[in-house]
Amino acid sequence: MPKTKIMTTDRGEGRELTLEILKYNPRDPESKPHLATYTIRETPGMTLFVALNMIREDLDPDLAFDFVCRAGICGSCGMMVNGKPLLACRTRTADYPEGKIRLMPMPAFELIKDLSVITGQWMDRMSQRVESWIHSSVEHDISRIERPVDPDAADATFELDRCIECGICVASCATALMRPDFVGAVGLNRIARFESDPHDERTDADYYELVGDDTGIFGCMSLLSCEDHCPKNLPLQEKIAYMRRKLAKVK
Amino acid sequence: MKIRYCDALVIGGGLAGLRVAVQTQEKGLNTVVLSLVPVKRSHSAAAQGGMQSSLANTVMGEGDNEDVHFADTVKGSDWGCDQVVARMFVTTAPKATRQLAEWGVPWTRVRKGPREVVINAQRTTIVEKEEAHGLINARDFGGTKKWRTCYTADATGHTMLYGVANRAIRDQAEIHERKELMRLIVEGSRCYGAVVRDQITGEIEAYVAKATCIATGGWGRIYRTTTNAVICEGTGQAAVLETGLATLGNPEAVQFHPTPIVPSGILLTEGCRGDGGVLRDVDGHRFMPDYEPEKKDLASRDVVSRRMMEHIRKGKGVPSPFGEHLWLDISILGREHIEKNLRDVREIAMTFNGIDPADPGPKGWLPVRPAQHYSMGGIRTKPTGESTAIDGLFACGEAACWDLHGFNRLGGNSVAETVVAGMIVGSYMADYCHRHEIDIDTRLVRESIRREEAYLQEILDRPGHKGMSIFDIKRRMQVIMDEKVGIFRHGETLQEAVDELQQLLKLSREAAVAYKCPRANPELEQAYRVPKMLKIALSVAYGALLRTESRGAHYREDYTQRDDLHWMKRTIVRWSDPEATLPEVGYEPLDIMKMEMPPAFRGYGRKGQIIENPLSAQRAEEVEAIRRRLEAEGKDRFAIQEALMPFELPENYKAKNERLGVGYA
Repeated sequence: MPKTKIMTTDRGEGRELTLEILKYNPRDPESKPHLATYTIRETPGMTLFVALNMIREDLDPDLAFDFVCRAGICGSCGMMVNGKPLLACRTRTADYPEGKIRLMPMPAFELIKDLSVITGQWMDRMSQRVESWIHSSVEHDISRIERPVDPDAADATFELDRCIECGICVASCATALMRPDFVGAVGLNRIARFESDPHDERTDADYYELVGDDTGIFGCMSLLSCEDHCPKNLPLQEKIAYMRRKLAKVK
Repeated sequence: MKIRYCDALVIGGGLAGLRVAVQTQEKGLNTVVLSLVPVKRSHSAAAQGGMQSSLANTVMGEGDNEDVHFADTVKGSDWGCDQVVARMFVTTAPKATRQLAEWGVPWTRVRKGPREVVINAQRTTIVEKEEAHGLINARDFGGTKKWRTCYTADATGHTMLYGVANRAIRDQAEIHERKELMRLIVEGSRCYGAVVRDQITGEIEAYVAKATCIATGGWGRIYRTTTNAVICEGTGQAAVLETGLATLGNPEAVQFHPTPIVPSGILLTEGCRGDGGVLRDVDGHRFMPDYEPEKKDLASRDVVSRRMMEHIRKGKGVPSPFGEHLWLDISILGREHIEKNLRDVREIAMTFNGIDPADPGPKGWLPVRPAQHYSMGGIRTKPTGESTAIDGLFACGEAACWDLHGFNRLGGNSVAETVVAGMIVGSYMADYCHRHEIDIDTRLVRESIRREEAYLQEILDRPGHKGMSIFDIKRRMQVIMDEKVGIFRHGETLQEAVDELQQLLKLSREAAVAYKCPRANPELEQAYRVPKMLKIALSVAYGALLRTESRGAHYREDYTQRDDLHWMKRTIVRWSDPEATLPEVGYEPLDIMKMEMPPAFRGYGRKGQIIENPLSAQRAEEVEAIRRRLEAEGKDRFAIQEALMPFELPENYKAKNERLGVGYA
């Protein structure tokens, strides 16, 4: 891949950092994929959120990337950092002692420009497929006292509800990269989340209908890169194994 | 040229927008939601601490009901809110919480028996009732009489957002991502939808609708230091302002949260103090009880933020390379509690500051300093959520000035507002859609698209870089807002801010972009957004300059008293001349004689700082007389409330809420 333009800013007095970033706008006929190199001065406590904004504000105004909360809560800023899928806002430059960082967009998702990818459509398909909502025949009158839920059961559901759909489990998954229709750890975790929710009336047979094939629960090769990289530390390994054991018994 | 038609158009895919969409979609209306980002990434996800709702399940919430929640909200607002709206809100909030439980929000539940909690820095044991076991729990929050804030650990906004978004997906509301509102389509005095830019293709499209709802969140990013997400730039409100007809209410009412972490400005939830955490100064001294003997660390946010800055000014701040700060100590809550209930807080502290707040003593203390957090002001609406000036235009959530919060919002009332307003405003909006047709000429829609295309082309055609870049202009605006329109305000510096911001607005209208691509282009986006942001910044600064009193979060060092005699009114801002550099400012009176709760001392904050309005005492006597008479007649609290200040709600939202032990009383 061609490398172009080295740009430098001297703002600050910290050590010199070199960032190599993929630049490409697939909708601009004149744009060709290339690695652009930027050198900046590190500031105390710098994260990739700070570094990328500094580059955009001082060096390269059209560099595209996605951040929303910049606090590790919303899941917008997944990208490949020296080959590993990470949330950029939580990635500290100080953790790269050589001062060299290469940023690429996450694979498995359609590229918008540079580091910005479309995860929304992928996640929407997943939500439709696993029917990511409560299935209940109860019509509870909302002016009445709510139905009690065992506190431990509520906590267990919350634990799995913490997924932020950042796409990191998909970007790190060999099955997802080989088969675009694989529902991913995010989808399988979502199934486990509703399976654990006392409000949801679906049975194992219902879940089997949704994900009981090679693009679902039986497509996972147990490489478990999803669990290694999940920024919310979700128990993906345990939950995928649990759902697979349950669904293997259906029929 | 793309023109799409729908019944209900919702702009903004956070909690408020999605909840409106569920309402209109479930009423059989074809609903489209437009969002800058995938909706589950909206800033609603960052709400940590919880949602106020007077369920009264926990023993610490016993005796709570709509009346107590109402009184807390009105006092919190420093009597700036619309009390009718506050009543609508507190009556619907318990229903919203219970509905969300059915939709899959895994609320933290009450566990029967003894439980150790920290109250006033002391470990205390409370005993939860057997019959409350498994019901929705609540924690303490600032400015409230009862433990009323329902929560899921400290990820409440996230679980609520996913619950509502999943419901919208179930209902097949159409969600279109990476679409940015550029301009509203207004013909006569009616709104027919919006002109929108696709952020990927750069295409300008029109969405034509019977009714349009703006739910684009707050405008925190006009400040440099803010807890808000980077997408909270206020461009939705600016588009409303740019109609030249619709107005903003109380733009100067800006909340500064006491405990964002230094230096990133990322929020640490009020739940930290709600659960028993305390503020400490450079000497490790817990200083809030010295200022606020009654509410201590849990006075309302405006009061705590000001006390913190006051304490720093007395030389009690902790010096750091990022300026002075104070400490938030949650280590006294113990590791188990922190790892379970304040997990995201711990994660943030460890990731961004390398501090484990569960470490005992000073080692675990977190550096905090107040920063911009919330805009109480916004698009001015009626209690139905409809714009006071344009038919078919609605607004709700932080984007709106409904006006639930007046001059200070209570913690836990904003996520609550998003879903409650979504239910109410969505319902009124559905009624509007059922009563109206789309009767706009397609030619006008096409012209709107062309005008926007021409505007963007004009930006791209501007020759070369001269002077400040669009990023420089934005940064300068943010610094001005931080320095001159912050917690402590003064006429002189506010005037300087207004003057400088006007200059920046002029410069922003000429700023060139280097990358000339009309498609995905972050520089172009800034070039059309920053002038919009400056209009909001000017509305805030100018509103603050003209309001010569101190109320709630608006504090004037040259006018330190709350002036009920001259300022029982809401600021109303309009921008009718697109070339102007200042908005027109007017006022809308708040009628004391119609209030259920006439102005008085809040019970916290500085005493004796009110310029009384004689009507307050007169109305207080009247209220007391009505109350005594009806009580003597054996009337219940609902009948008394109705006599004092009647209000309406759609659907069955006005139904009485059932509570443990007291039924529907």
